[in-house]
Amino acid sequence: MTATMEPEVGKGRLRKEDARLIAGRTRWTDNITLPGMVHLAVLRSTAAHAKIVNIDTSAAKEMPGVIAVYTGDDLDPEGAIGMPCAWPITPDMKSPRRPVLAQGKVNFAGEGVAVVVARSAGEAEDALAEIDVDYEDLPVVLGLENALAEDAPLVHEELGTNRNALWKFDSGEAGSGGDVEQAINEAEVVLKRRFRQQRLVPAFMEPRSCVVDPTAPQLTMWSATQIPHILKTMSALTLGIPEHKIRVIAPDVGGGFGGKIAVLPEEIMSLLVAQKLGRPVKWTESRSETMAAAHHGRDQIQDLTIAAKRDGTVTGLKVELMADMGAYLGLVGPGVPILGAFMFNAIYKIPAYHFACTNVFTNTTLTDAYRGAGRPEATFGIERMMDELAAELGMDPMELREKNWIKHDEFPYTTVSTLTYDSGNYEAATEKAMQLFDYEGLRREQAERRERNDPVQLGIGISTFTEMCGLAPSRVLGSLDYGAGGWEHAAIRMLPTGKVEVITGSSAHGQGHETAWSQIVSDQLGVPFEDIEVLHGDTQSSHKGLDTYGSRSLAVGGIAVVKAAEKVIEKAKKIAAHMMECSEDDLEFSGGKFTVKGTDKSTGIGDVAFAAFMAHDLPDGVEPSLDSEAVYDPENFSFPHGTHLCAAEVDTETGRVRLRKYVCVDDVGKVVNPIIVEGQMHGGLAQGIAQALFEEAVFDESGTLTSGTFADYLLPSAADLPSFTTDRTETPSTTNPLGVKGVGEAGTIASTPAVVNAVVDAVRHFGVNDIEMPLSPMRVWKAVHSGEKAAGGPGAEAGGGLGSIDATHGGAQ
Amino acid sequence: MIPAPFDYVAPSTVDDAVRALAEAGEDAKIIAGGQSLLPVLRMRLAAPTSLIDLNRIPELRGVRDDGDALVIGSMTTHYDVQRDPLIAEHAALLAKATDTVADPQVRHRGTFGGSIAHADPAGDLLAPALALDTEMVVAGPDGRRTVPAADFFEDFFTTALRPDEILVEVRVPKHTGWHAHYEKFNRVAQAWSMVAVAATVRTDGGTIAEARVGLTNMSSVPVRARAVEEALVGRPATAESIRAAAEHAAEGTNPTVDGNADVEYRQHLARVLTGRAIQAAMAG
Ligand SMILES: Cc1cc2nc3c(=O)[nH]c(=O)nc-3n(C[C@H](O)[C@H](O)[C@H](O)COP(=O)(O)OP(=O)(O)OC[C@H]3O[C@@H](n4cnc5c(N)ncnc54)[C@H](O)[C@@H]3O)c2cc1C
Repeated sequence: MTATMEPEVGKGRLRKEDARLIAGRTRWTDNITLPGMVHLAVLRSTAAHAKIVNIDTSAAKEMPGVIAVYTGDDLDPEGAIGMPCAWPITPDMKSPRRPVLAQGKVNFAGEGVAVVVARSAGEAEDALAEIDVDYEDLPVVLGLENALAEDAPLVHEELGTNRNALWKFDSGEAGSGGDVEQAINEAEVVLKRRFRQQRLVPAFMEPRSCVVDPTAPQLTMWSATQIPHILKTMSALTLGIPEHKIRVIAPDVGGGFGGKIAVLPEEIMSLLVAQKLGRPVKWTESRSETMAAAHHGRDQIQDLTIAAKRDGTVTGLKVELMADMGAYLGLVGPGVPILGAFMFNAIYKIPAYHFACTNVFTNTTLTDAYRGAGRPEATFGIERMMDELAAELGMDPMELREKNWIKHDEFPYTTVSTLTYDSGNYEAATEKAMQLFDYEGLRREQAERRERNDPVQLGIGISTFTEMCGLAPSRVLGSLDYGAGGWEHAAIRMLPTGKVEVITGSSAHGQGHETAWSQIVSDQLGVPFEDIEVLHGDTQSSHKGLDTYGSRSLAVGGIAVVKAAEKVIEKAKKIAAHMMECSEDDLEFSGGKFTVKGTDKSTGIGDVAFAAFMAHDLPDGVEPSLDSEAVYDPENFSFPHGTHLCAAEVDTETGRVRLRKYVCVDDVGKVVNPIIVEGQMHGGLAQGIAQALFEEAVFDESGTLTSGTFADYLLPSAADLPSFTTDRTETPSTTNPLGVKGVGEAGTIASTPAVVNAVVDAVRHFGVNDIEMPLSPMRVWKAVHSGEKAAGGPGAEAGGGLGSIDATHGGAQ
Repeated sequence: MIPAPFDYVAPSTVDDAVRALAEAGEDAKIIAGGQSLLPVLRMRLAAPTSLIDLNRIPELRGVRDDGDALVIGSMTTHYDVQRDPLIAEHAALLAKATDTVADPQVRHRGTFGGSIAHADPAGDLLAPALALDTEMVVAGPDGRRTVPAADFFEDFFTTALRPDEILVEVRVPKHTGWHAHYEKFNRVAQAWSMVAVAATVRTDGGTIAEARVGLTNMSSVPVRARAVEEALVGRPATAESIRAAAEHAAEGTNPTVDGNADVEYRQHLARVLTGRAIQAAMAG
């Protein structure tokens, strides 16, 4: 065997996990069947806000196959159990108790009220209809401004307010910049806008599911979760089960997008019921339950004020947000808008900055992390503002951005919101994007179409975004009162036959960690890609970890893998030196071999692993193992960036938007696997574009979710999207040894404002300067023809097998 | 998402199916492709006590030539309608509308008769059925009867079919050599129509000799745009006369309001799309 191995990092490998996922040769949580297992079905509140006067479960208990029916009071008579929120953003944050099943009162439509346990899932569902709940309606609180109004009814009477918390940052006070009020007072141009971030549903493919086996001394819980490790610890804390008596397994998980970064009442309920009955239980939700009861994302009103000089120099930015938490706080819900606090200033040198966010309770499904979490909202706000400012100043919007952005030779750069961007090159990404896009050519066509009053107008939208990801330096999280650190764990087991097991605390749920981690380890240890197995998601094998969210897996978990590999080599070196009777200093390691410098004498790492296993002849004091582990705490976030350009055609006769061209040049640092990166970009773009054009979770005035099925919550398919032109520049991160930055959220964060900017640009000459998302054809048409910017509801389209059937109220719409 | 329990019968002849339906009583339902019925059952918006499955009845499938009309079996799938040479030749409008229905999976299961019987005003095959002056042949305990499309659709999800009747076939008068186009407007590709226009036109020289225009989702039932048809006939087939005729498209319509469209917008779309449908038909 020759020593020249092509590096694995950078290779566009197809994912090793795909064959089993695509062919279904795997077990999702719902496929798990245990002897004696019983099934749970949850009765969900039809009222958004009501007192529970009485729950009569007697008829349901008589139904065929039913083993038990429990209410909240049955499971938690003392009312002592509350679902955890791990992010108290301010010391005085209001944190209402969220019970496992509603007790005394329901606070959103979809909240669990009772659970049926039956021999089959069908029988459990049949029995739900026999439970009789007597509700006494309370006034329903919907809408941020309504909830904050003087005499608004309260979601939680005992809190005395619907205000959850007020979180502020001010560059004047922090000393990181000037006073924003002064900047505004002295500005040559001041522009104010209000933007609305509609509510979205993190539409993962696999519904949530959980199985609990209580029949061994150590409880085992399988869950379709992003966060098996956090779930284990939180379950222990929530129920007072000793932590070592719980094992959590996230088997293959079908997507999450933040929607599975939660500790679910249903998971806690499953633990309680399994323990009560001493039998394995399974809960698997229906899609309707996902829509109504799984947490939603976004939902903010953004009031932005930007101050500038006439020449385009931005002098200040003031951001006032209201963020809808829904009825309770999710695991990290209150912190989601705060993640945006550091990103409104984006890639720009803004000398004065103020951010304030008021979190608000309403009688709706709770909100929490959804792909991008806080950063899409911020990016949307600033990138829309830059276009509005350019229009106000009569400047080309790219020129305005260029005037204000951080130049490549100014890195590292400490921003007005106190982050230090380690690296980046906005000029390079922009130049490449502009060329691929043919910016000049499209601007010409736009002018021609305007000139001849073409019914189809063309617009160009820009988003030069950055984001902070790779969550996160533990100390920074500490300063933000986050309830955990941000490190990640990895371990490497060198097997006697030279094969390698890699254990990671990241919890893959579709991203391709097994492939990427194998590529990294292959390079680090010089073992073939095929000889590496990656283990994850089971707290018994992967005992330590902080899981996957915030584009952290590679930039934190991947680096932990590198650190563990370094330790393996360090250990192996001692044994190799002993084997070849030389000094450790004489050895160099490359391509999987220790070579005595200047000679052709070498020993492969597999031989060393075998020698360690045999342990017949090891140097004194050396343990017979190469296995190593590492915990890596990043010193900084990673800051991917990119230039996204969108050309949108607007049919002014119908209001239909057609994306004509979408070009993005992203800089995600060093790339481990370009195919995976490309996949992340495509999926991310689809979700970001979906926010701009298609998706919205809508409640009617009674607090019922009217977009409760995929027939009326519009997910685009490939047929609704243009062919993307994706390209990259590569400016390595300087804060980690691989030079990598996260890519999991980039496409979603960047694309939404690019699309809205393009549509507004296409019809600005009709006097339009904003249209609310999603930009439905009716909204666009009305904006053009009557200046309304939020016509109609975004609402429901007849769709799916349901057509005009109104799934919410039954019958025709 | 598990339907309530039900009995299931899969007869192999129409007679058996009619008998089974009668025996099963009021709360029985026919299942064809299941593409509309199953979601309703799974969401428990309906809970029939038994399902009579028509999928094992060969005589209900396929298209045959019957002189001046085609006869389409009610269980002919969308996929087969799209590819049928007789339909392409004599009722192109139907094939074009079927092309816009849902996605390949749904089109392989869903049936022409199921769509007609389901009578969702947003369904894409109702307006073409109306525009082409089709007739529905239904079988019940007292034998067969024929109902013209204009009388068949009564309201949202309501047809002239009685609970004990089965739609067996649809007679489509031949429109050989007619230009046809189905102009559909929706927000995402695989969805139903917000508004759509079914147009088919026969020209004679440069003049429009006959025109049939049907509207999807502009009322609780499919609507015939008679005023447009009248305005077209005898006119030269020019962009200008088409545009003028299309201005009549919304006359007499009574569309529903939903989050996607109010009345004003739906009626506006009907006019724009009618113009486009006729233009495209002429060009095709
Ligand atoms: C994702 C999705 C997207 C869709 N998109 C569209 C679309 O864009 N446009 C569109 O037009 N449709 C669409 N559909 C509906 C599709 O066309 C269905 O196939 C059709 O509406 C019903 O046909 P079916 O054979 O599936 O009938 P079924 O669902 O089996 O039955 C529907 C109803 O008709 C009754 N019925 C069926 N056949 C008969 C019969 N022979 N005699 C008496 N009663 C009968 C049944 O009892 C039931 O009430 C979509 C469906 C899905 C699942």
